[in-house]
Amino acid sequence: MTAAVRVRALDVTLDGTHVLRGVDLAAAAGEWVNVIGPNGAGKTTLLRALLGLVPFDGEIEIDGLRGRTDKHRRAARARKLAYVPQTPVIPPGMLVADYVLLGRTPHRGVFAAETANDRRIAVEILERLDLGGFWERTVQSLSGGERQRAVLARALAQQADVLLLDEPTTALDLGHQQDVLELVEALRRERRLTVIATLHDLTLAARYGDRIAILAHGRVAETGPPTEVLTVQSIAAHFGATVRIVDDPEGPVIVPTAIAKNGDQP
Amino acid sequence: MTEREAPGGVETALRAAGLRPASLVAGLAAVVVAVTAGLTIGPVDLAAHRVAAQLLDGLPGVSLDSGLSDAHAAIVEQIRLPRVVLGLLVGATLSMSGAAYQGAFRNPLADPYLLGIAAGAGLGATIAITGNLGDGAGPFDPVPLAAFAGALVSVAVSYAAGHLGGRSTASLILAGIAVASFLTACQTYVLQANSDAFRQIFAWILGRIATSGWSEPALMLPYFVVTAAVVLRYRRALDVLAVGDEEAAALGLEPRRVRMIVVLAASLGAAAAVSVSGLIGFVGIIVPHTVRLAFGSSNRAVLPLSVLFGGAFMVLADLAARTALAPAELPIGVVTAFLGAPFFVLVLRTSRREIW
Repeated sequence: MTAAVRVRALDVTLDGTHVLRGVDLAAAAGEWVNVIGPNGAGKTTLLRALLGLVPFDGEIEIDGLRGRTDKHRRAARARKLAYVPQTPVIPPGMLVADYVLLGRTPHRGVFAAETANDRRIAVEILERLDLGGFWERTVQSLSGGERQRAVLARALAQQADVLLLDEPTTALDLGHQQDVLELVEALRRERRLTVIATLHDLTLAARYGDRIAILAHGRVAETGPPTEVLTVQSIAAHFGATVRIVDDPEGPVIVPTAIAKNGDQP
Repeated sequence: MTEREAPGGVETALRAAGLRPASLVAGLAAVVVAVTAGLTIGPVDLAAHRVAAQLLDGLPGVSLDSGLSDAHAAIVEQIRLPRVVLGLLVGATLSMSGAAYQGAFRNPLADPYLLGIAAGAGLGATIAITGNLGDGAGPFDPVPLAAFAGALVSVAVSYAAGHLGGRSTASLILAGIAVASFLTACQTYVLQANSDAFRQIFAWILGRIATSGWSEPALMLPYFVVTAAVVLRYRRALDVLAVGDEEAAALGLEPRRVRMIVVLAASLGAAAAVSVSGLIGFVGIIVPHTVRLAFGSSNRAVLPLSVLFGGAFMVLADLAARTALAPAELPIGVVTAFLGAPFFVLVLRTSRREIW
């Protein structure tokens, strides 16, 4: 299997803080990798490095495109890598249609108008994500779940093979969390997307995706299938959390233990 | 569902997201109305059709008898027309520059004077006036030249200082405020030492659309053309920038480069406008926001429409400035605020659009 994303010995220092230290990570084409880890472990910085938004040492290769060699690297990268930020900036007054068409920017060039093909792609994606009736509304006026789908629609309009999701479920209730992740899974199968997501909810991380990488103190501490990586010991070591793990046919369920209430000693 | 899925239904509608033909027609109509009023109204009221005939007669290959006397024809061609053209150019440039600044900084309070253009131009003009660097008219008048130089220096210093303090837009805006304060202090110092020039400098600061023949419009035109060419070319890039630097970069844009090019082009135009007509406040904020409220906030519509409505607004403001207390003239900055503020509040109350 060819690697869609390959990161080797990635080092990032931000304002004198060594945030990432020698991170190695790879995702095969069509694979879904969830990056988990405690707050401040460097998950978002890892995504930002992949996007070329922070200076880094080491090597990042995305679908054959190396970090700093391509002259028009931002547009070239944006054709291979689409990003759904944790808290997207919603431009006031922008219509859903225009917002989704922004995803065509790396294809059309900065100065050119969108083509009929760009509009066709935008319409197809809007309808695929059940936003067909919303295109004339402003993004601001959408509910949380609809808004997340609009952001996802913009990313899909980039027609990149790799999708980066930064905490895609954070602001959503349980039903909408499930909707978004189900949608990503369906799209991954339809479009052979490679997905790299950061997630806080460990049970969701185990349920969706093929592989988990635990990021702790700027390093990849463990990586592998959910059942191997999500153990009582690893969660205690990397998250400082006391949990029980319930086996479920669909994958491990991580249940926090209320220590004081139950009188247990950790 | 059957009707909605007619071929091209949504796709055709998606096309209309930018500048709509109806908006463009409204903008052009505003310019026509303002120009007509500016040419016909004044101490001598002239019939619009006669003025039109007189202007058409001046075109090569056209011969029309307007029926205007020679004196009236001279009023139209040598006094009113240059002044109307200068008003169009200055108003269009200030509005477009304001819209560009607001888009580039993603800040509704940004105006063309944000990076110290007003203070730099003020200092330059003050030095030229107090230094008695001559009062030759036209392109070689030292006051506009000094104002222009002062404005550009202040933008350059703001940019350099803003990049020292990190690269956020906030640090650039703060640098602009610091530079403006410093230059205003310098100006006050020079002014205190030369209090006899007070009236002349104060008159310059309040702004005016005054012409002596075609030299001012001719001076302003190339800057307007350059600013418009650059800023309008970047209108789509500014729409991408609306999602913030990080997401814009993830979409393939170079946000800092786009911002620098747009801001420098807008500053060049604003500096030229300030140097020929003094400090005319308010236009760079009020016209773009009115356009947004009326026609939506896409820069693809806001920038070209700001050119048209900004030009029309300035011509009408100048008309009010020269007729309200005729034969005396009001400073135009007073008129732009006096007419503009209530109008803006009216638009703000009637529009349901969310623009920021």
